[in-house]
Amino acid sequence: MSADLEAIVSAALTAFSQASDLEEFKSARLAHAGDKSAIAMANRELATLSASEKSERGKVINEARSRINQAASSREALLVDERDQRVLVEERVDVTLPLDRRSPGGIHPLTSLREDISDLFIGMGYEVAEGPEIEAEWLNFDALNIPADHPARTMQDTFFIEPISAGLVLRTHTSPVQIRTMLERTPPIYVICPGRTFRSDELDATHTPVFNQVEGLVIDRGITMANLKGTLDHFATAMFGQGIVTRLRPSFFPFTEPSAEVDIRCFACRGENTPENDSCRTCRGEGWIEWGGCGMVNPKVLQACGVDQNEFSGFAFGMGLERTLMFRHGITDMRDIVEGDIRFTQHFGAGI
Amino acid sequence: MKFPISWVCEFVKLPKGLDSDSITQALVGAGFEVEGVQNLAQEINGPIKFGKVISIEEITEYKKPIRWVSVDVGEIRNVICGAQNFKVGDHVVVALPGALLPGPFPITARETYGRTSDGMICSARELGMGDDHSGILVMDEEDSPIGSDAIAALGLDEMIFDVAINPDRGYAMSIRGIARELAIAFKLDFQDPVSLVEVNDTKGQSGPVKVAIKEGADRIHLRSVSEVNPDAKSPLWMVRRLQMCGMRSISIAVDVTNYVMIELGQPLHAFDSDRIKGSITVRLAKEIKTIKTLDEQDRELFAENLLIADDSGALAIAGTMGGFESEVTSKTKAITIEAAHFDPVLIAKNARSHKLSTEASRRFERGVDPLLTHIASMRAVNLLVEYTGAKYIGFNSVDNLQPTQKIEFDPQAPSKVIGGNYSNEVVSTALLAIGCEISDSKKELWQVTRPSWRPDLNVSIDLVEEVARLNGYENIPSILPASPLSRGLTPAQRRRRRVVQLLANRGLTEVQSYPFVSAETISIMGFTGDRAKAYRLANPISEQEPFLRTHLVPGLIQTGVKNFSRGVRSLGIFEIGNIYRAINEPSNSPVIGVDSKPSAEEIAKLLAHVPKQPLCIGGFFAGAIERESWWGKGRNFDWSDATEAAVEVVRSCGWEPTIHASDFAPWHPGRCAELRVNGTMVGHSGELHPRVISALGLPERAGAFMVNLDAIPYPESVKAKTITTMVPTIQDIALIVKSEVVLTDLTAALIQGAGELLEKIELFDRYQGAGVPEGQVSFAFTLTFRAADRTLTAEEVSGYRASAIESANKACGAVLRS
Repeated sequence: MSADLEAIVSAALTAFSQASDLEEFKSARLAHAGDKSAIAMANRELATLSASEKSERGKVINEARSRINQAASSREALLVDERDQRVLVEERVDVTLPLDRRSPGGIHPLTSLREDISDLFIGMGYEVAEGPEIEAEWLNFDALNIPADHPARTMQDTFFIEPISAGLVLRTHTSPVQIRTMLERTPPIYVICPGRTFRSDELDATHTPVFNQVEGLVIDRGITMANLKGTLDHFATAMFGQGIVTRLRPSFFPFTEPSAEVDIRCFACRGENTPENDSCRTCRGEGWIEWGGCGMVNPKVLQACGVDQNEFSGFAFGMGLERTLMFRHGITDMRDIVEGDIRFTQHFGAGI
Repeated sequence: MKFPISWVCEFVKLPKGLDSDSITQALVGAGFEVEGVQNLAQEINGPIKFGKVISIEEITEYKKPIRWVSVDVGEIRNVICGAQNFKVGDHVVVALPGALLPGPFPITARETYGRTSDGMICSARELGMGDDHSGILVMDEEDSPIGSDAIAALGLDEMIFDVAINPDRGYAMSIRGIARELAIAFKLDFQDPVSLVEVNDTKGQSGPVKVAIKEGADRIHLRSVSEVNPDAKSPLWMVRRLQMCGMRSISIAVDVTNYVMIELGQPLHAFDSDRIKGSITVRLAKEIKTIKTLDEQDRELFAENLLIADDSGALAIAGTMGGFESEVTSKTKAITIEAAHFDPVLIAKNARSHKLSTEASRRFERGVDPLLTHIASMRAVNLLVEYTGAKYIGFNSVDNLQPTQKIEFDPQAPSKVIGGNYSNEVVSTALLAIGCEISDSKKELWQVTRPSWRPDLNVSIDLVEEVARLNGYENIPSILPASPLSRGLTPAQRRRRRVVQLLANRGLTEVQSYPFVSAETISIMGFTGDRAKAYRLANPISEQEPFLRTHLVPGLIQTGVKNFSRGVRSLGIFEIGNIYRAINEPSNSPVIGVDSKPSAEEIAKLLAHVPKQPLCIGGFFAGAIERESWWGKGRNFDWSDATEAAVEVVRSCGWEPTIHASDFAPWHPGRCAELRVNGTMVGHSGELHPRVISALGLPERAGAFMVNLDAIPYPESVKAKTITTMVPTIQDIALIVKSEVVLTDLTAALIQGAGELLEKIELFDRYQGAGVPEGQVSFAFTLTFRAADRTLTAEEVSGYRASAIESANKACGAVLRS
């Protein structure tokens, strides 16, 4: 390349590299790559040359111009980058500032537990049945083989609605929902009945007059107590974790026969307490914790609901939701669950 | 029921050294909840001996009187003692050095009051025999041979069990029943205590008191004794056993009846024969109005109370409590023992009507072996004869017992009901063990006769339960049933979940409050109409709050107040739950049987009898909704936040509610919104009435809402809308109306006038002040028009705009703001 072109290129490259921001670069580009720049002039001079000279000189000028343009674009890219970097740094904010304009909400853990249990049983082919809280005595007692003078009727301290002749009570269990289901549907029936229930106990660390239960009812062909046990084992494992099995203890309920209390393996000591070391505070060294009641639906209940006993049999079980919640989350005082202190619920968040 | 294991061991030989855990496990497996085990042997250790007081030296130089006592416990020991209730020659219990008393309290020889006390003379409490600490225990000479071991003689090393007996297991409220169950559990022989009673019923030996049953019993025996020694005392072993069963010793006659009741399960009553006038009748009270019971209470009788009566009136409330007038006293010389088999239902009523749950009534309610009356009364007589020197005169009885029905039983039933395989042999072994008799056991169907002490066994399933129980519930396999397909949650259940999640995500906290309210709350809220028609509980927890909630807001406020008292200053809470309104005065309950399914008509009547209890969701807000911080000022909750939450609830149920001005209590009459869906009211929201706020001390401008979820219909499945790509045309309109006009009405008029091509209408300003006449208000709207098939022309849109303004003018008197 001729010396003159070399000088032009070199001057342009120097000017570009000396431009320290986009403003300076713009004027440098105008001066060294614009219409009036030396290289543009050199190009215009081509017209004055002969054909043979023109071809050779043209080639060289193009080469020079291409070097200048390349240098310009790379310098520009660099300067744009630099400018962007600077602006983004200037626009930085503290993203760790607090965002709690509003305090967070929360779903009561009993609601979440009720949903968890419902989902578990829906997955097992059950449906969720519900019923009213003010309930007819016939549905709460009579149909469940608890006649007016049966001692079992005094076992439950029932809230009666005035006048007593109306035969209305606050349901003492969700079992009347089972009765309603049997009256309304034809087997096979696979339902769970979660809901609020009432017994006239004073509120203390382990009792509340208003509490929640979940009951299950299955009526189908060939249902056995072994099916009940299998269902309870599955339920217990889902609630309390692998290895938490159930134990059935003979008991008495008017609406089931055979009847049993359901215990679960103590999740704290897992029953590994020895008699010498009976110090587990959760189960008092017994290795088992009382969870609920269950049994095979009493034929008298099936009879009152018109279920054909030659074809169908069934089981039922019931657990306290509060008790289950206390076990699951290490809650030691019932009052925390029922008093409505927002700190209690907010700790569980808006979905678990 | 509380009992010492040694008593049980008289009828079943439990292996020596069987620990309490094994016995507990056996009882639990048999269906008895063990509520407590007292293992006295772990708390006491010898040498503890009976001794005779040889001499007493009174020491007087200390603040309290002290005695220096010589006792003969086979050797002479000198002991310091602070008690004063004994004299030379008395027999006492002495704990010698090396002994351990419950506490634990180890006994050593020690220096005290300047002497060496070589042991301790014990009180009943120090020995773990109850609470008597009034002085040391003075023994009868014949019960306490000098130098013999007091631990064994007093049963101080007993194992005492306390078990809960379910209502169907009356037979187990006796040593007889418990021993039978433990014999089965440990596969040991059982000696029925009934078979050990010597019955002396020679012909013609009739007692002095005639007896008849009018109603309420099917068997009764009266046995009389005479020449009772009034000074006779209960033997020590009997007193101790009664103590260990949780009963006090009263007198030998009462102790004997209690002892036999615990041993055999048959409650007995001892009458002073000389105070019975004429003959005894079992009957309902009817015209007999009062009785003074042996607790010296004068009681009004109910006509349906079952009584033991004589010619002069009530002698006892049958099976429940004896009368004061006929009770055995320290002067009684002739005793009549009454043993009856009463109707359990009548005894339950007796106990309930007088709030008297006694040892006797608890047994009768649960069912007593009807064949026991003559045996148990005989056993009591034998004890009286042995320990009071009385003479047995004879008995009178009535026996109307009906034979027991046989139960037809399919031996395959246990396998079918329980699952698993119970062979005929396993089934018959279990049934025989509990005392059943089986005839035709070679046939397909067995005829089973229940034992007399098991009135709870009536049908096949009762026997199935026994087979399952005796073979151990722990041996039942665990098999999940194959269930059908589920339809999942119902629309109502899905809605419930959605609204709860919505409000929680909006920053509200869910609470669950009790549904009990006071009359005062109803009045403070200013509830009228249906909201004032509350159901009242016959037996509320608190007499102050006898009503059931007709609304969710009062409970929410109460929960809010509780939080304020714990230091919370701002909160937004919500509750989902049922409300109850006694819109119709409750009528009498329909009467329906349980022997078969009620008819469709009966079911419909019953279901209609139960009031509707709509599921509602409510919220309560007070204080700041947004706090002050780096972003700037905070903001307090106001009426609009409550209404926004309510609108969002309705939206998440699939509807856009219309909003109307309301003056519903407990809201501020100028700041209350009524929400409607399809023209039907579904809820209210806004700021609470200032009177409510001040009466309850709430933060100013607190707000609330309640939406009745059951009043909102379930929307049909949504049809997709065509999305057009045509360009919209936008028009702004500012209108002036009188300030009474509400936005909902104005908007409705504009929408109606604007025509079908109006796509959207939005309020962008509301203004009162300069340029707008006094008493009027300006609303400014943006209207968006769009057609699916063309771009609208300016003239066309101007026409729609003019028509909208005209409609607003007609409906609300609106004029265009210039």
